[in-house]
Amino acid sequence: MQTFDLTLIWAVIIGFGVIMYVLMDGFDLGVGILFPFAPNEEARDVMMNSVAPVWDGNETWLVLGGAGLLAAFPLVYSIFLPAMYIGVFLLLAGLIFRGVAFEFRFKARTSRYLWNWAFAGGSMVAAFAQGAVVGAYVQGFETENMRYVGGALDWLTPFTVLTGLGLMAGYALLGSTWLILKTEGYIQEWAYKITRPLLLAVLVVFALVSFWTPFIDELVRDRWFSTIQVIWVFPALALFCAWQILKSVGKRQEGVPFVATMGLFIFSYLGLLASRWPYVVPPNYTLYDAASAYESQLFLLLGLLFVIPIVLAYTAWTYWVFRGKVKAGVGYH
Amino acid sequence: MDLDPVLLSRIQFAFVVSFHAIFPVFTIGLASYIAVLEGLAFRTDNPAWVKLSAFWTKVFAIVFGMGVVSGIVMSFQFGTNWSNFSQASANFLGPMLSYEVVTAFFLEAAFLGVLLFGRDKVPKGVHLMSAIMVATGTFISAFWILSANSWMQTPAGVELREGMFHVTSWSEAIFNPSFPYRFAHMIVASFLTGSFVVAGVSAWYLLLGREVEANRKALSMCLWLILVLAPAQAVIGDFHGLNTLEHQPEKVAAMEANWETQSNVPLLLFAIPDQENQTNHFEIGIPSLASLILTHEWDGVVPGLNEVAPENQPPVWIVFWSFRIMVAMGVLMVLAALTGLFLRKGGRVYQTKWYLQFLRVMSIAPFLAVLTGWFVTETGRAPWLVYGIMNQADAVTPSLSGWMALFTLIGYIIVYALVFTAGVYYLFRVLQVGLEGDDSIDEEHDRPMRPFSAAHVSFEYEPYPGVEKDMNLSPAGVPPTGSSSSSSSKNGGQ
Ligand code: HDD
Ligand code: HEM
Ligand code: HEM
Repeated sequence: MQTFDLTLIWAVIIGFGVIMYVLMDGFDLGVGILFPFAPNEEARDVMMNSVAPVWDGNETWLVLGGAGLLAAFPLVYSIFLPAMYIGVFLLLAGLIFRGVAFEFRFKARTSRYLWNWAFAGGSMVAAFAQGAVVGAYVQGFETENMRYVGGALDWLTPFTVLTGLGLMAGYALLGSTWLILKTEGYIQEWAYKITRPLLLAVLVVFALVSFWTPFIDELVRDRWFSTIQVIWVFPALALFCAWQILKSVGKRQEGVPFVATMGLFIFSYLGLLASRWPYVVPPNYTLYDAASAYESQLFLLLGLLFVIPIVLAYTAWTYWVFRGKVKAGVGYH
Repeated sequence: MDLDPVLLSRIQFAFVVSFHAIFPVFTIGLASYIAVLEGLAFRTDNPAWVKLSAFWTKVFAIVFGMGVVSGIVMSFQFGTNWSNFSQASANFLGPMLSYEVVTAFFLEAAFLGVLLFGRDKVPKGVHLMSAIMVATGTFISAFWILSANSWMQTPAGVELREGMFHVTSWSEAIFNPSFPYRFAHMIVASFLTGSFVVAGVSAWYLLLGREVEANRKALSMCLWLILVLAPAQAVIGDFHGLNTLEHQPEKVAAMEANWETQSNVPLLLFAIPDQENQTNHFEIGIPSLASLILTHEWDGVVPGLNEVAPENQPPVWIVFWSFRIMVAMGVLMVLAALTGLFLRKGGRVYQTKWYLQFLRVMSIAPFLAVLTGWFVTETGRAPWLVYGIMNQADAVTPSLSGWMALFTLIGYIIVYALVFTAGVYYLFRVLQVGLEGDDSIDEEHDRPMRPFSAAHVSFEYEPYPGVEKDMNLSPAGVPPTGSSSSSSSKNGGQ
């Protein structure tokens, strides 16, 4: 084999891309999910404005996830997408409606409620579909000869419905803690108030999924109970983050809840990866079966090492340009 | 009923990509135009440039938004409907599309936020830089995606091993034989699209006598650009066609509806191709001209469709007629440019009503040309997906059933119809409010100023307060300065 294990490096890069997407688009999808429950129309204006300048960049991480999978692990791309065919359509339709709602809602007067619903409904459907993808990944796929051979709705099971709802709650939590950070006054107060119930919902799903998963899959069961000393580190850290959220909301801290929620996501995600490693298309294919050619992985890696830091730098810069609280009724002009 | 997943996937792909294509061609041209306007505004302090730039940025925001959401669909189409193709060509297409994301999409998305919402948050120079970055991003994006598409047309630099393409030479694969022509043709097409839309809208405002000074400037700029680009596009197109003749002869045969390999092939102006009987009806043509264009000799031999078996021929009538519509649009564009040049003497170009009306109508010409051009390219490649190597039936997702494909096809049609209707409607509202429209419009509408919104126009139809009055003024009778100051005073302090 080659000197470097490029496939492993690529697994790290894709893993990084996915969690970047989840965290970044997560909070703006979350803001969409919370939309119908906002105290009033002014609060909705502020909520939307808090994500308007950055949502497009956030969503680009999803496109990178898709293209990156095609480049580094084509088998994942060409099995997940056919298997989730209907789910992917729902995801995209959701993203379309919420994407155009940014532009259209502010222009609407009598039809404004329609765009409120497009934004909220689109965000909810997209979040649910993404959660279902996670569930489907845990369940595994029916494959034969490197092709998906299952049916159109195999992915839709009680388990994936649970993970779908779970991710919706998780994104809503990211959204509410983001709003704590970016707003003030009664809107912030509202965000503080809903954070605890949302956290409770997330923890309930978290517990249910944890109990359920070992029954779905033997590999996970073996791994959980054989490597019991190490693997429990991740849920433990996730719970620690949950406790931090609770504490900081009580103390009315502004930044900690958001950071701790991101931590909660990161550790749950690492736990999930550790349970499944190295299977990327369970139950049959590992990372190495799914990898693309060495020269393709190398060609892209060389460019990425150079470009990704630049991307991160100017992305950080735009967040800095739009730093600070978003105020009600005050424009950027 | 027997639903064919391959046919339905083709229709779906054609539908979503055509829908998507409308937006990028416009945004590529418009992004550069906005960057130029920002540059002029930066250097001269003439308020006309700021006005123009602010206005076209509003239009840009909407079109770009629709480009983004429809583009996200595209990047998943390969996997959902053409998974065998994705798997086989991932070693090449994967890096291409990934490079597009990291070098272009992130650049566009990040700086777009600053361009739209940051005018007062960053220094003027940084705002100008953001406009330039967005424009640069659109070019880079076109580079990668067109390279990927051209590679499917004229595959190079790869070898097929165990059902997967492996890249043997990146430079040959990226700069494959048809890529330079397609890239040049497409970039010029985008600039023509931008110019014709801006020219058409400016002409309309001039007819209404609105913001005359700024709109004259805009129209004049566009007409100069078109004068250069429209003829250039015809020349590039000719070279593009010669390149296609070399690499995909049956596509050219379909463009010319030439069934037999023969010399002295006429250039058909009209015909009804009959694929079943492998012939044409009602031919009207100019003798030997096609031979001359394609081989540079009157009696040159041009390959015909008989070189491939009927079941491997592309659908001739689509290719034939699409090609004619595109070229007709190209000819009209050249005529528009030359007429404009002629009318420039004495500034008549800003006052000749029929010409301004003509320009208004011409704003749809580039969109027609772009779509029909792509129909030629893509349908002419049938039945191949990767030309000469992989055909459509082998490329489709094996687990895809007819009803699944139909379900999503109908789904996309409904979603796009809703979004597109709303988008076009709103775009017209922005155009109606025009350059004069500014935040003050909102105050008249008894509601607090909307913060952060890129385009300050209400969604529902509301006649612009100044329009009726302005409409009575004949364009010729309006002194440029008088009009612009009267309309700005109408709108109060800005
Ligand atoms: C010549 C130009 C061109 C062509 C042929 C295509 N695109 Fe495109 N695309 C663009 C030029 C462009 C653009 C100008 O760069 C856009 C328009 C709006 C935007 O954000 O970038 C874009 C947006 C865009 C996006 C959204 C990016 C974002 O999130 O910001 C995706 C995922 C794609 N495209 C993917 C595709 C695919 C898979 C295509 C092929 C079938 C395709 N595009 C054809
Ligand atoms: C942006 C403008 C584009 C337009 C308007 C366009 C149009 C079309 C049309 C009309 C078809 C259907 C042809 C048929 O089934 O007979 C098609 C097919 C296809 N095109 Fe394009 N195309 C565009 C760009 C691209 C690009 C950039 C790529 C790839 C990188 C691409 C890849 C494909 C594929 C995979 C198919 C499906 C298989 C097929 O039917 O041939 N297209 N496109
Ligand atoms: C006036 C004379 C023109 C000629 C001779 C010409 C020639 C061609 C040819 C031969 C093709 C097919 C290439 C292939 O698939 O291999 C093509 C495609 C295309 N044309 Fe034109 N064209 C002309 C004008 C225009 C104009 C005015 C526009 C738009 C503003 C345009 C936009 C396109 C596009 C978007 C494509 C598809 C992408 C590509 O393959 O480049 N063309 N043209």
